[in-house]
This record gives sequence, structure tokens and C-alpha cells, in this order.
Amino acid sequence: MELAADIEKKLPGFTLRVNFETGKHILGLLGASGSGKSMILRCIAGLETPGRGRIVLNGRVLFDSERGINLPSQKRKVGLVFQNYALFPNMTVAQNIGFALKNVQKSERLSIIDEKIYMMHLEGLEDRYPYQLSGGQQQRVALARALAIEPEVLLLDEPFSALDEHLREHMAGQLIVSLEEYRGVTLFVTHNIEEAYRICQNLMILSYGKVEACADKEEIFKRPPTLTAAQITGCKNISRIKRVSGNMFEAVDWGCRLTVDSLPDNAAYVGMRAHYIAAANENEQENVCYCRPVMTSEAPFRVTVYLSVETPPSKAENYNLQWEITWEEWLHMQATPLPWRIFINPCHLFFIRG
Amino acid sequence: MGFDMSPLRISLETAFTSTAVTFVLGILAANWMKEYRGRMKSLLDGIFNLPLVLPPTVVGFFLLLLFGRNGPVGKILFNIGITVIFSWPATVIAASVVSFPMMYRSARGAFEQIDLNIINAARTLGVPEWKIFLKVVLPLAWPGVAAGTVLAFARAIGEFGATLMIAGNIPGRTQTIPVAIYFAAAGGDMDKALVWVILIILISFTVIFLMNFWSEVQHKFIPYYRGR
Repeated sequence: MELAADIEKKLPGFTLRVNFETGKHILGLLGASGSGKSMILRCIAGLETPGRGRIVLNGRVLFDSERGINLPSQKRKVGLVFQNYALFPNMTVAQNIGFALKNVQKSERLSIIDEKIYMMHLEGLEDRYPYQLSGGQQQRVALARALAIEPEVLLLDEPFSALDEHLREHMAGQLIVSLEEYRGVTLFVTHNIEEAYRICQNLMILSYGKVEACADKEEIFKRPPTLTAAQITGCKNISRIKRVSGNMFEAVDWGCRLTVDSLPDNAAYVGMRAHYIAAANENEQENVCYCRPVMTSEAPFRVTVYLSVETPPSKAENYNLQWEITWEEWLHMQATPLPWRIFINPCHLFFIRG
Repeated sequence: MGFDMSPLRISLETAFTSTAVTFVLGILAANWMKEYRGRMKSLLDGIFNLPLVLPPTVVGFFLLLLFGRNGPVGKILFNIGITVIFSWPATVIAASVVSFPMMYRSARGAFEQIDLNIINAARTLGVPEWKIFLKVVLPLAWPGVAAGTVLAFARAIGEFGATLMIAGNIPGRTQTIPVAIYFAAAGGDMDKALVWVILIILISFTVIFLMNFWSEVQHKFIPYYRGR
């Protein structure tokens, strides 16, 4: 099972240029709204025509601008789940799922419909119309309908974006279970970092139509290769670097000097996730800096503390680092006399080339 | 002397036939224009809407040029032994052309309101275009299409100017109710004209009643048609 796509298409504001291959692991396309993620899916599904490129699915050429091949959507065997589900409003759940199966025998069609209804937990809803279903149920019908034709590639376009937070979690869990049985290629488009990490094995980070990173998700979150990739994966602390000597450098935007085991030659930026900062022990001397809290941003279970390193800040916005901690730690820190000593563990730092 | 009921028969036959013609042509034109992206789009749209704004006599004049013995279409038909002008088919042609914009506009508006993703979803499922049209597009556009059909019928049964110009006033063959009213009144037979006037009011009233009834039925099904 393999999909290879080389797509170039002019969009308003930028040109979409991607080239990737993906196999049996779910590939997540992560990027801000309008970065071209959905357009990639639409090109693969044949709903949009790339300006140039080539799309090959399991050895079948779906699109090739040089050879003038452009299969219609109908012939591509692609399952696409739309952001707004796009169910047929004039058909029941069972009719929606079975709509594309008119060529197979009736008994077989009914057994496929039954199987998908069971698989997606839609029992008892067979004769309902889409407007009689909740958002989560509609989403499951859309997935069942897409899977009914046994597509060679399944394209999910922000399938959970219309659901509320609670349902979203639940549906993501169900999707993972449902997709375990699916043998084809899966592409999952989202702008939600946690969703992408949870569902996909591999990630492709997109920004303004350009691939910023494409690799295993752990690798990408640990060491994002570009500045944009670091930002899109939710890294809060990024600083420019000034090399001091050997393995010591100054993190200009953080206002501190740090030492690492080995500093890559062409490193231009250093980054660190907000939860990796720690309060320093008495005996730690290296990579420790003094700082004060400037402001905080509170979430139900965590607090983000904006830290100003060493010098007292002139304005509230002048912070150097973001530190994400639990409420317990925050209460403990509030009782700690200023300035705080914080420890930046070099093993949590990553470097970005210039 | 008995009252000649032939104008009623001719009017109904003409209206039903021309409504059937515009139903098919209007839907096809609307569906085609929905997909068409060429440069001629606004020009074609203008031509399709023209009968709505032109005086019916102007439409009749053009039809006369087209179907007359020396007209491009009339010549071909004459060579195979058919004369359209001043025959019953001429009343159908006049009524069809004049009522076409009603069907075309209503159908096109209804088609364009359908979520394109729904049609695209059917495409990715491998459903052929004609089946998408019959099973998805047409059912979803049905309220608009039905309203257009009623309007087209109403316009067809009231057609006068173009009909008179290319079909004339041949009692028992091309004389529709509106034409009969005109010639009865012009000839001073006000009683006869009044009977036809009352009849056409009854027919029009029935059409309006049906239209209101339809929109009520439609109202009940709004969630069904609304999509999400």
C-alpha cells in the first residue's frame, strides 16, 4: 500500500509545492488554516487539478501532468471524509452508506452496510436522516460511507473540527480503533497538534504550501528541523544563538548563556518546550539562570509563567521564556523568594540550522 | 349555437406541453450553466433570460424570422413538409420560449444552493455524474424546480403576444383563451369575452392556490432539504 504524490498548484497568495510518499502508517498533515492541507487531499481525490505533478496510488497513475493523465474522481477509489461530512440529506443512514454500492448484488450490499454500521456503532440509526443525527453520529456515517467502497486511500479532512472538545477526544479514540482494521493508506489533515500526535505515526508540517518537515512524529516533536516547524508543533521558547566558545553559546532572546555537549556548526536557533524548564537544585551551577515572573496565563490544570531573565522587566510583555508548570508547582514557586533559579537541561534543547 | 370550448382545450394542451418542454430544457440549461466556466457565461445567461424582459411581440417577431418559410429553421422544416407557422405546434413554441426563463432561473438558483461538497462526496464514491444528478442534485433542488414549473405553467397559459404573432387566431386550431378574449372583445362580443376572463381567473387562482399549498408542504420538509 503506497501513495506517492508530487503536487504543484498555484493558490491565492502562494504556490503549493509538496512531494511525499506514504505507506501503511497514518500520515498527518499539520499546519495552520489556509496552509494548503485540504488542497492536497482535494488534488489526490481528483476534485482539484494540480498545475503540475504526478500522483501514484499503488502503482496506478491517478494524475500525471506530463503524460496528460487525470483520472476522474469516480475512478480513483479514494475515500474522502469532508470537514462538514457532506452526507446526502435526502437519504437515510443506510442509504448514505450503500449509495455507491449499486453495482453489487443486493444481499452483498446489505451485508456491507450492516458491517459498516456495526463497525461505526450506528446500530438503530439505519433509518434516520442526517438532520436527525448528532454531529458525532454524522461524522461516523461519513466515515462508514467512505469505507464502504473499500478505498485504497482514506483522506480525512479535519474530521473532528465541528465537534465539541469532549466528543472530539472520544471520536479520536474511536477512529484509531476503526482504522486498525483498515488496510489502505490514510492521510489525516488537522490543525490540532494533540490530535495529530495522537492519531498519526508520521507527520508532515505545512506552511504556506511548503513542507517544513516530514518524519516520524516523535522525531519531529523532539527536533523540529525549521523555525516554522518548531512554531507549528507548539514550541514556545525559541531563541537566536550567538556562539561564545566551543560548546558555549548565548541564547540572545532568552538572555542567558548555556553550555551543551556539542553545538552543531551551523546552528542558528535554539528551542525548548515550555514544560522542560525546572527549578534548579542547590548543587546545579551550569545552565542555571536567575529570573522573575512577569505574568501568568492560567489553564484548568496548568499555569504558563512568563519569565524575565536577570534584569527586572520594564514592560509586562518583555519576557524571555515561557514556563509551563502544574498548579502544585506554581503554588510552590510562589512561596519561593525572588529571583528564582531555573535550570535549563541541555538534553531538552534542540538546534535549528540557519 | 353552442359555446365553442376549443380555446380551453387548446390552452391547456399548449400549457401542459410547453411546461413539459421547458421543464426538461430549463433543467438541462441550468445544470449545464452551473458547471460551465467559459467566457460566454454571462452572454448565454443573458440570452436565456431575454424572453423574460423582452415584450412578447418581440419574441414573436424573432420566432417568425426563425420559423418563417424563409427563416433558417423554417426552410429546413418546409423542405421535409412541415409548416410550423399558424399551426398548433407554434403555440407550444411561443409558450415554451416565453416561459423558459421561469424554469431556468428557478432551477439554477436551486442547483447553486446545493453544497458542492455533497456532490463531490458522491464523485469520490464513484457514482456516475448522471446518477448524481438524478439521485442527489434533483431531489435536493426539488422545491426550487417545482416552484419554477408552476411559474412556467402560469406564464404559458397566459401567453398572448408571441402566440398571436406566430400561431395567429385560427379557432379550433391555434386560438387559445387569451387570444379568444382579445378577438371577442375587439369584435364587441363582451359576454363571450367575460366567460373566458372568468375561466382564466379560475385557472390562475388554482395555480396560485397550488403554489401556496406546495410551499406549505415544502415548509414541513425543510429539515429534510436543508442538508446539515
